[in-house]
Amino acid sequence: MSQADDRIDAARILARTLGPGGPELSCEECFAELDRYVELELAGADADGSVPGMRAHLAGCPACDEDHRSLLGLLGDG
Amino acid sequence: MVELHALLLKAARFEVNRRRASLPHLRGDDHEDLAQQSADDALLAVLGKLGEFRGESRFTTWAYKFALLEAGVKVRRRAWQGREVPLEDEAWAVLADARRGVSGEAETRDLIEALGEEIERSLSAHQRAVLVAVTLNDVPIDVLAERLGSSRGALYKTLHDARRKLRAALAERGFDTAERDRSEQR
Repeated sequence: MSQADDRIDAARILARTLGPGGPELSCEECFAELDRYVELELAGADADGSVPGMRAHLAGCPACDEDHRSLLGLLGDG
Repeated sequence: MVELHALLLKAARFEVNRRRASLPHLRGDDHEDLAQQSADDALLAVLGKLGEFRGESRFTTWAYKFALLEAGVKVRRRAWQGREVPLEDEAWAVLADARRGVSGEAETRDLIEALGEEIERSLSAHQRAVLVAVTLNDVPIDVLAERLGSSRGALYKTLHDARRKLRAALAERGFDTAERDRSEQR
């Protein structure tokens, strides 16, 4: 593994264990807002300003992040 | 009702196909069965929550998320069927590898070392088990929830509280995790 890979690995471990620093939604709040958030993203609107705490939650919760990517992918597929 | 089920099945098939690589042991029929089960369960969920639809997105977008959730959870659980959740000992090896990998960067190395100590010292047994499984051993939170008889939301709350405790403990020891957050974002 190269030094750059080692740094990425260390950064990934720190990010995953310590999570996002700021306020974030719960999983239940995330699910409730996910459809509105994704439509705002696809429309190029200020999704993060409209749904505060969503971006931080997606950074901290791998499962909700995958659901978010799936909905983006499905709608993006047409 | 038939149209709604077809809509949900479209989303469930999308999700199962997207995650096909995580299920190499399944046949084509099995993938379709997973998608059908997911659509069936999503239909019940959607019908139960219809009163909560606020019209802030298209109805199809709102309904899709239920099918994607059902399919995603089922695929993750199927991928882990018959697999043991890794022991905490394996996580210490992950941390030790990370520490060795950045041995030339004293600040990061010391932070990872302190992090390992605080995971052992500051967290309750339950918080430690959840944090280690999800963040160091890569166990999907939905799989862990099934094994522990819990839910994604409840385990994430535990993880969130554990992270707050770790950040506070590291701050007391002089590590500025907030500055690290800012530099990651730059």
